[in-house]
Amino acid sequence: MINIPSTIKISLRSIRVNKMRSALTMLGIIIGVGAVITMLAVGTGARQKIEEQIASMGSNLLIVLPGATTAGGVRMGAGTQSTLSMGDAEAIQKECPAVLYVAPVLGGVAQVVYGNQNWSTGVTGTTPGIFDIRDWRFSEGRPFTDDDVRSASKVCILGQTVVDNLFGSIDPIGQIVRIKNVPFTVIGVVERKGQSATGQDQDDTIFIPVTTAQKKLFGTAFPGMVRIISVKAKSAEDLSSAEKQITELLRQRHRIGPKQDDDFSVRNLTQMMQAAEQSTRVMGWLLGSVASVSLLVGGIGIMNIMLVSVTERTREIGIRMAVGAKTWDIRLQFLIEALILSLIGGIFGIILGISGSQLLSMMADWPTIVSPLSILLAFSFSGIVGIFFGYYPAMKASRLDPIEALRYE
Amino acid sequence: MALIEAQEIAKIYRLGDIEVCALCAVSVSIARGEFIAIMGPSGSGKSTFMNILGCLDKPSSGRYSIEGVDVAGLPRDALAVIRNKKIGFVFQGFNLLPRTSALENVELPMLYDGLPAGERREKAAAALTKVGLSGRENHHPNQLSGGQQQRVAIARALVNNAPIILADEPTGNLDTKTSAEIMELFVRLNEESNITVILVTHEHDIAAYSKRVIRFLDGKVVSDGPARGL
Repeated sequence: MINIPSTIKISLRSIRVNKMRSALTMLGIIIGVGAVITMLAVGTGARQKIEEQIASMGSNLLIVLPGATTAGGVRMGAGTQSTLSMGDAEAIQKECPAVLYVAPVLGGVAQVVYGNQNWSTGVTGTTPGIFDIRDWRFSEGRPFTDDDVRSASKVCILGQTVVDNLFGSIDPIGQIVRIKNVPFTVIGVVERKGQSATGQDQDDTIFIPVTTAQKKLFGTAFPGMVRIISVKAKSAEDLSSAEKQITELLRQRHRIGPKQDDDFSVRNLTQMMQAAEQSTRVMGWLLGSVASVSLLVGGIGIMNIMLVSVTERTREIGIRMAVGAKTWDIRLQFLIEALILSLIGGIFGIILGISGSQLLSMMADWPTIVSPLSILLAFSFSGIVGIFFGYYPAMKASRLDPIEALRYE
Repeated sequence: MALIEAQEIAKIYRLGDIEVCALCAVSVSIARGEFIAIMGPSGSGKSTFMNILGCLDKPSSGRYSIEGVDVAGLPRDALAVIRNKKIGFVFQGFNLLPRTSALENVELPMLYDGLPAGERREKAAAALTKVGLSGRENHHPNQLSGGQQQRVAIARALVNNAPIILADEPTGNLDTKTSAEIMELFVRLNEESNITVILVTHEHDIAAYSKRVIRFLDGKVVSDGPARGL
């Protein structure tokens, strides 16, 4: 019968006797487990951040951009032509069954003044649909209405950053701000969203009715021109059919022949985000291979030191065999010793991984999340490494000839 | 029934093309309670014989039984159980575990017998008292004299109530006075507890403590008789 508690005690004693050697042996496991924890923390943190960004941007989002202009043979790039109109937006809403909300957008950067404060910010001329498309929620006041759009009324809704810069602690609702010297009444404030995927401050913005933007602030190349059209599809599955329906509809409305290129483009923002997620996954795999290499090297280190230990303790093994230790008594003793070495290494590795992740968050500003599951995973990895690499030395010990072992000097 | 019955046991080593007979057809019968000295020059086969008696080695041929159980053909782990229950070893170099207290050294055979910790401790302490070492339970081997270390080894050999003690030159590393004390301990154990003691020695004064002397030469028993007349 095998006595586990005594075996553990014996193993702990031998680890204690060779403190320095044991510590160096554990180093490989410590680094390996630390890398596993950090890898998972970076991966989870990045994924969570991307998910938050997708959520803040609004899900199932499509953007219709005008096509590129050509000036003397030089193509100017997407969005430089003025081909989209209010009519296009209305038609998409009416005729594309896969589309849930549509919001035309015409905006620009403008100086905003309140009292003696002023601030330069992005002014977005749009329709109430934008609040549904981008999941903006109101912390105060209300969105403007379709009536406000129809009558091009001078009302505006502020992002938190604008409120912070112009008003401080004053309640902005009902106050008058001047945008490009045109007075607007503040009717609402939207909730904070934070940074976008590209690092822009999404709260540094003002929403006004699109018609007001066209007529009072920015002017248009033709009446009813808009810069882009934001679209929300009914569901993730409807995204590609919505894209197809919009393309067909706009080709028809813009009278584009079968052989001609589109004078607009439809972009799927969720897909772009998913591509970003893919790249963090690649990063995760890279860290993962670093982790597995260090665990492998750590495991080989454990095997090496256990082989040395078996040789050094040949006489002890002989004595144990003489007084009645069976094959598995000896094998288990060395296996448990390897396991304890790697598990202690695992514990230090977890500490290293957690502090490494926190250091990365602090120094490089990477979002990291250490999940209990990743700790469990890393800990069991170290255990598996201990058993795998400890087995051969343990087997070697248990197969020694007792007479030879007793005679060993 | 004899406690130990060895019939025609041989141990043959092969060195290239030559067969070397370390032990050639040795037959010995030992009864319970005997005190035997095995003598002979080095290379006479006495150590090989002791290893086979102690179930550390297997004979190439012949029959060997302890308490009527044939052990010559048993597998490794079964031999370990026999060593654990039937045989206590005492070595010339003491062979105690370093950095381990006297008490824990004595507990070792019971550890592999699966006894609970409390019982182990109690029995080990009793065995140490029996060899005159009470109060030294927590000393490590390097804190004990040679004689004391050998007493710990004897306590370890006694603790599982094994009927046989095999002692391989137990006084080889000790001075004359301590040797006498150790031998008196063996005599006492033999007489009081009816333990069968088999010891290997070259020294006549040590063999004089025994009741029967078996002499080996070139792998054969050359004489086997009472110790009187040495």
